[in-house]
Amino acid sequence: MPPNEPKILNRFDITKRLVAQLKHEEAVVGGIGNTNFDLWAAGRRPQNFYMLGSMGLAIPIALGVALAQPKRKVVALEGDGSLLMQLGALTTIATLKPKNLVIVVMDNRTYQITGSQPTASAFGADFVAIARGAGLPQSDWALDEASFEQLVARALTQDGPTFIAARIDDQPAVATTERDPALLRDRFMRGLGVKE
Amino acid sequence: MATPQEAAVSARSWHAITQETLKRNQVRLAVYVPDRVLTPLIRALHEDNDFTAFAAAREEEALGILTGAWMGGMRGVLLMQTSGFATLPNVLASLAVPYQIPLLMIVSERGTLGEFNLGQAMVCRTMRPVLQSLGIEHHTITRIDELEFILDRSIKQAIATQAPACLILSPLLTGGKTFAQ
Repeated sequence: MPPNEPKILNRFDITKRLVAQLKHEEAVVGGIGNTNFDLWAAGRRPQNFYMLGSMGLAIPIALGVALAQPKRKVVALEGDGSLLMQLGALTTIATLKPKNLVIVVMDNRTYQITGSQPTASAFGADFVAIARGAGLPQSDWALDEASFEQLVARALTQDGPTFIAARIDDQPAVATTERDPALLRDRFMRGLGVKE
Repeated sequence: MATPQEAAVSARSWHAITQETLKRNQVRLAVYVPDRVLTPLIRALHEDNDFTAFAAAREEEALGILTGAWMGGMRGVLLMQTSGFATLPNVLASLAVPYQIPLLMIVSERGTLGEFNLGQAMVCRTMRPVLQSLGIEHHTITRIDELEFILDRSIKQAIATQAPACLILSPLLTGGKTFAQ
């Protein structure tokens, strides 16, 4: 457990708070499921990428964008169950140390979309401790809404890589994404200036 | 009697030809899960400042990284062995293929022509059926004089058609890995 037990936040609320801070066409990669759905609901941006499968790959995809476009800040939004599928990715990021990568993990301690089975964090796994252990010293729990906003503001203005974890409630997502992979990819590439 | 051109080709190693062909096609990112047979290629890419080369913890992770890099405007290649490919079908089917990513995969083929590990031999038999059923363009390269043509044309086709491609490097090309090694 983190030393100061973080407040339980709401995913849609803090996703909106994150998106409100994006002023420089930062890229955002949304992980599969509710993380993605609330990102979609928080407002369409051409620099958002929405996964429709490939559970666990939001952070690696964001790393790839960050390597290709080192001047753009890139945010990975991922759930606790998804992160557990690719914990090794944290060690890859710690090895490469991309300055422009921000990781935000929404931890509701359940595989919410598949029937709310508990994840390892329900039994004590601490994602910030895991991230620090992987070699990412700039890793913090968001203690409340204001703390989340401060951590995001710092991550967007200072050199990373940065890891932010937020405890969230069990509210379902407020919308769902479109399900047209080619369209989602094409919009994202145009949003990043790769296609005209 | 070899022509001078044929002699020049045979004097270059498979990994040097691969490195040069990747470079000529602006492939700049090499993400790999280590493999003994691929070691000279991996070493050469690390030593070449035109490439960013690093190991990922898993092949799925590497596929995600290369997908993000492509969408951000950077071409890359995934280097792995046969058993690594076998971890990929879900992310090929849910990310690379439907999102139309020209993911370039180079697989060092184990499991055949002198394999000593039964598990490698079995998993090797799943590779081509998986590629076939996902509709992924793939070629097995056995001859060094065909390597450059197949690799160069496969990269160009992948990008032009926005589709993954997989090149399988046969032990006939690389020498493979034998029990004595």
